[in-house]
Amino acid sequence: MNGSDHGEPLQDDDDGVSRRGFLRCMTWAGTGVLWMANDGLPRSVGLSSALAATAPKPTGLTFLQISDSHIGFDRPPNTDVLATLREAVAKIKTLPVKPSFMIHTGDISHLSKEKEFDDANQLIREVGLPVFYVPGEHDVLDDEQGKLYRDRYGKGTKGAGWYSFDQHGIHFIGLVNVVDLKAGGLGNLGEEQLKWLEDDVRGLSASTPIVVFAHIPLWSLYPEWGWGTDDGARALSFLKRFGSVTVLNGHIHQIMQKVEGNVAFHTARATAFPQPAPGTAPGPGPMQVPAGELRKYLGVAHVNFVPGNKHLAIIDTPLA
Amino acid sequence: MARTETWRVAFLLVPLLAGAAAFAVDAPTNEVKIENFTFAPEAITVLAGTKVTWVNRDDIPHTVTAQDHSFRSKALDTNDSFSFTFEKPGEYAYFCSIHPKMVGKIIVKAP
Repeated sequence: MNGSDHGEPLQDDDDGVSRRGFLRCMTWAGTGVLWMANDGLPRSVGLSSALAATAPKPTGLTFLQISDSHIGFDRPPNTDVLATLREAVAKIKTLPVKPSFMIHTGDISHLSKEKEFDDANQLIREVGLPVFYVPGEHDVLDDEQGKLYRDRYGKGTKGAGWYSFDQHGIHFIGLVNVVDLKAGGLGNLGEEQLKWLEDDVRGLSASTPIVVFAHIPLWSLYPEWGWGTDDGARALSFLKRFGSVTVLNGHIHQIMQKVEGNVAFHTARATAFPQPAPGTAPGPGPMQVPAGELRKYLGVAHVNFVPGNKHLAIIDTPLA
Repeated sequence: MARTETWRVAFLLVPLLAGAAAFAVDAPTNEVKIENFTFAPEAITVLAGTKVTWVNRDDIPHTVTAQDHSFRSKALDTNDSFSFTFEKPGEYAYFCSIHPKMVGKIIVKAP
């Protein structure tokens, strides 16, 4: 289930799932995940690989996922989360093929403060791409539980900020599972959103590739730490008939992946700080790592098989 | 130091034979620590009129939110605290509205 430094294919060639040309994880680089859709089927590639000559040549849509910037967080192991976000942005800008857009899977801010959103926006804007957001629980901490977020990012969205759009024949769905959480429970979508989702996909052909993105993992990844969504299975039940469903989440600050039937689940690394693997610490708080190691966990210097240490070095260089 | 103070108070109050007076003289601190995504202790019992204080010792913000909405803190950043005085006897279940797996309970007894 864990992500690997090297590109170990998921479900590569031995069953019906993969014959659908399913999703394959080549490599991951933490700062961002580049998604490519060839023939309408998404596959992912880590940024450092995408920057290297080994990257598959995209022939269709490419887009990018970043997550968990936590702007405003200022404690070990990362006292400068703006710097690591800036590095991620710089890296994205050096991609040889410009992605069509970016998605941010939440926890843009740490404490939902205006300034935190401002600072994040100022950096992310530099990428020069349209960005599609969903909120994390850290983005809805204001007294009105997400009004600040919705005022900024919620134009054209429904409810707490959910929406869908189409690109290159792929149907993208941004869900919100961080509001109105119930005592003792996990992430929560709620009746109104579930009903909307059911209606949203009703008219689509089963061959339409679906990409769902939300902050908290939609599957029960580690409920003991709240890493799951109580009514996530109901959401997925509306997507059962589709041949290709890709679910992209953040929240856990590390890569986890799973393929179940036609559904591929992935979580992205953070740009802010790592969190421990499930059950390996007393709680899911920030994982302390030596200062020199931090970027390995965030992926900026995740260079295992990329002959591109130099790429990283270039990316750290401020753009002219 | 806290222990010394407790002894002193106890000593002074013994002749008064009035337990309730202790709260008027020196209200006890009832603190719930928020640590490792748990409320510790998870349940405490206090007398009506007691002020309970929660302190967040995590590097991640949490809230203290009554299930019946009778009290609700703002997001508590590291080392922030929140206090609430429980006037009426009863059981008050609460949770962290950001990490709802975190639950706790305050049991308030009549003095």
